[in-house]
Amino acid sequence: MGAVLALSNLLEARQVWRGSAAAPVEGGQPTGWPMLDAVLPARGWPEASLTEILLPADGIGELRLLLPTLARLTQGHRPVMLIAPPYAPCAMGWRQQGVNLQHVEVVDADEPQVLWAAEQALRSGSCAAVLAWPQQADDRSLRRLQVAADTGRALAFVFRDRRHLANASPAALRLELTALPQPLIWVRKCRGGNAPMQAIPFELRMAKALPSSPVQALQAGEG
Amino acid sequence: MLWACISLPHLALDGVLRRRADDAPLVLVDGPANARCVVAANLSAQAAGLRVGQRLSAAQALLAQLEAIPYDAAEEDRWQRFLAGVAYRYSSQVALLPQAVVLEISRSQSLLGDWPKIERSLRHDLAELGFRHRIAAAPTPHAAHVLAGVNDGMAVLTREVMQRALDVVPLHQSHLPERAVDALPRMGIRRLGQLLHMPRDGLQRRFGAQLLQHIDRLLGDIPPGLELHVPPDAVDWRIELSHEVENIASLLFPLKRMTGDLAAYLSGRDGGVQRFALRLEHRERAVTEVAVGMLSPERDANVLFEAARGRLERVQLSAPVLSLRLLADDLPGFVPAGRDLFDERPANALPFEQLCERLRARLGDRAVYRWAATIDPRPERSQRIATQDEDFIEPRVRPTWLLDKPVPLRGVLRILAGPERMETGWWDGDAVRRDYYIVETEQGQRAWAYCAPGAQAGWMLHGWFA
Repeated sequence: MGAVLALSNLLEARQVWRGSAAAPVEGGQPTGWPMLDAVLPARGWPEASLTEILLPADGIGELRLLLPTLARLTQGHRPVMLIAPPYAPCAMGWRQQGVNLQHVEVVDADEPQVLWAAEQALRSGSCAAVLAWPQQADDRSLRRLQVAADTGRALAFVFRDRRHLANASPAALRLELTALPQPLIWVRKCRGGNAPMQAIPFELRMAKALPSSPVQALQAGEG
Repeated sequence: MLWACISLPHLALDGVLRRRADDAPLVLVDGPANARCVVAANLSAQAAGLRVGQRLSAAQALLAQLEAIPYDAAEEDRWQRFLAGVAYRYSSQVALLPQAVVLEISRSQSLLGDWPKIERSLRHDLAELGFRHRIAAAPTPHAAHVLAGVNDGMAVLTREVMQRALDVVPLHQSHLPERAVDALPRMGIRRLGQLLHMPRDGLQRRFGAQLLQHIDRLLGDIPPGLELHVPPDAVDWRIELSHEVENIASLLFPLKRMTGDLAAYLSGRDGGVQRFALRLEHRERAVTEVAVGMLSPERDANVLFEAARGRLERVQLSAPVLSLRLLADDLPGFVPAGRDLFDERPANALPFEQLCERLRARLGDRAVYRWAATIDPRPERSQRIATQDEDFIEPRVRPTWLLDKPVPLRGVLRILAGPERMETGWWDGDAVRRDYYIVETEQGQRAWAYCAPGAQAGWMLHGWFA
C-alpha cells in the first residue's frame, strides 16, 4: 500500500489494456498497388470474397492490376485458376511479372460451364485465387460465386464489360478501369467502407514491367 | 499364428442385391428347368413367406411380382475372389475356403493394431461393400472357419481356449467330410469335442485318413494346406443390368458400385489406377467404349466415380445398354499426395488434384492445362502446353495476353515503344522478319503489334499489355 507504481512499467509489461480504437480489419491480401491498398477498407483485396473488375475494352491493364497478387500467390506455391480467359496468357510476359506458371492452371470452358467451373474451383478450397471471364453472369450467379469464395476461402475475380456497372452486384469490391485520358482505377463499391470519390492513378509504365537485376545481367552478357 | 475368417453365408445373393437400388422381392433359383428351386431369397421375399428349398412354382404362387434370377456359381466365385482381394489389404496370406475368406493377421497386428481394431475395420469395409458376413479369429484357419459359422465375433487367441471352444461345436457345423457328419450322430457323437477324444486308429479304420487329416488341420497339428490367394494384376468386371437401360442416369448406381469396388480392390493391393475403360454392351455384341484417364494414379472411390461419371454423361447412347463392364489392365503404384501439416485450407477442402479431375471429367480431357515458356524467340512458338518451364527470362518486354493467331489491327495508333526487330527462324523454314512495336489504340488499349520491317503500316495485333 502506498507503493508508487510507474505507469510506464505497467504499460511495458502489457498488464494494462488500453482501450484504443479498433484496428481496421486488415486482410493478408495486399493488391501490390500501394495507392489502391490505401483506400480499400481491408487494406487489400477483401478476403474470401468476389471482386468484380469492369472494363471498357481488353488490354487496358486489367491483368497488370492482378499480376502482383498472382506473383505473390504462385511464388508461395498456391494454385491459381484462370477460367475461360479471352486470350492465352503470354507465358514470358507473366514470368517477367514474377508469376510462377507452374501454379497457374488454365481451364477452357464453354459459356454455360464457365460459372460452374468457377464455382467448383472456388468451393473446392484448394485454389488461392480464381479468375473468370463469364460472358453472361447475372446477379444470382455472381452471388453464387461470392458464396463459393466464402466457402472455399479463396479470392475470386470476375472480369466483365463496363456496361454492367449500372446493375447492382453482390461483389464485395467493384473496380472500374478506365484507359483514357489516362489509366485510372475507380472503386465503385467496397464492402466495409465508403467508396472513395477520387480515382486512383494507375501507373502502367512499361519500364517497370521488367524485373531489374537478372535482365541487366543478361543484357550485359549479350553485349 | 492367428487366422481370421470372414464367412460369407449369403455371398451369391449379396452379389446380386448390391447392384440394385430397390428392395423388390428377389430370389436366386437353381436346378433343372422343370424343377427349379429357391436357393436364396432376399428380405422382402422372405417376409412374403418364401423359403429356401421351395419350388419356384410354389414361390410364384405366393408372390406374383417375384424376380427370379438363376444362381451363377462362377459369379459367386468371382465375388469371393474379389473379397479376397479386399482382404489382401490386411494380410499377405489370404486363402479361400468354401463361402469364406481366411487371412493370417498375427503379423499385421503391429501395423494395424490389435484384433478388435482389425475386426472393426474389416466389418466396416464389408458393410460398405454390401456383403453380409460373420467373422471369427482362431490360431488355425479351419478352426476360425468353424467358429465363424457358430459364433459371430468370436476370437480365441490360444490353442487351449480354441480347443474348449471347438468342443461344444455341433457336428453339423464342423465343416468335416459329409460322410462322417452323416454317420457320427448315429453313433451318439453329436459334438466336435466327443469326436476329438475318440481313439484315432478306430476313426481311421471307419472313415479313412481323410477325416483324421481334417481334424489335424483343424487343430493345427499339421499345416493348413491352403493355397494362398494372389490378386490378379488386371481388372475385368461385368455387371449384367436387370433390364435394358436407355438413359445414362440409370447406369450411375451400378457405376458407383463398380468404382467403389475398384477403390476397395486397389487399396487391397496398395496400388492405383490411371486409365480404365467402361464398356457399355448393347444387343448383338455392339459396344460403346468410354475411356477414363486421369492425370495421376488415383484410388479414392469418389474420384474414380466422378471421373467415370463425367465421361459417361457426355456419351450419347445409340442403343439400350444390357451390361456394364469395367476394364483396367494398367494398375500402377499409388503415391498419396503430400499435405502440409499446417495447412490453412478449410477442413472440407477438395484436394487440388481432385478439382482438376472433376473439371476434366465435365469439360474434356484437354480442358485443364498449364502454359510453359520455351526458348524459341518466335512468339508463335514461345510457349507450349507443358508442365515443365524453361529456366529463361526474355530480356525484352512481352505482353500479358498473346493471341493464338495475329489479326489485323486498324484505327489510329500511337507508337509507345519500338521497334524490336525480330529476324529469326531461318533455320527451320519458318522464318520471321518483323518489327514489333508497343502501340496505343484509340480506346487506350496497349497492344503488341508488328509490321513488315520499316513499314509502320499494315499492323498485325499479336498481344495485349493487359
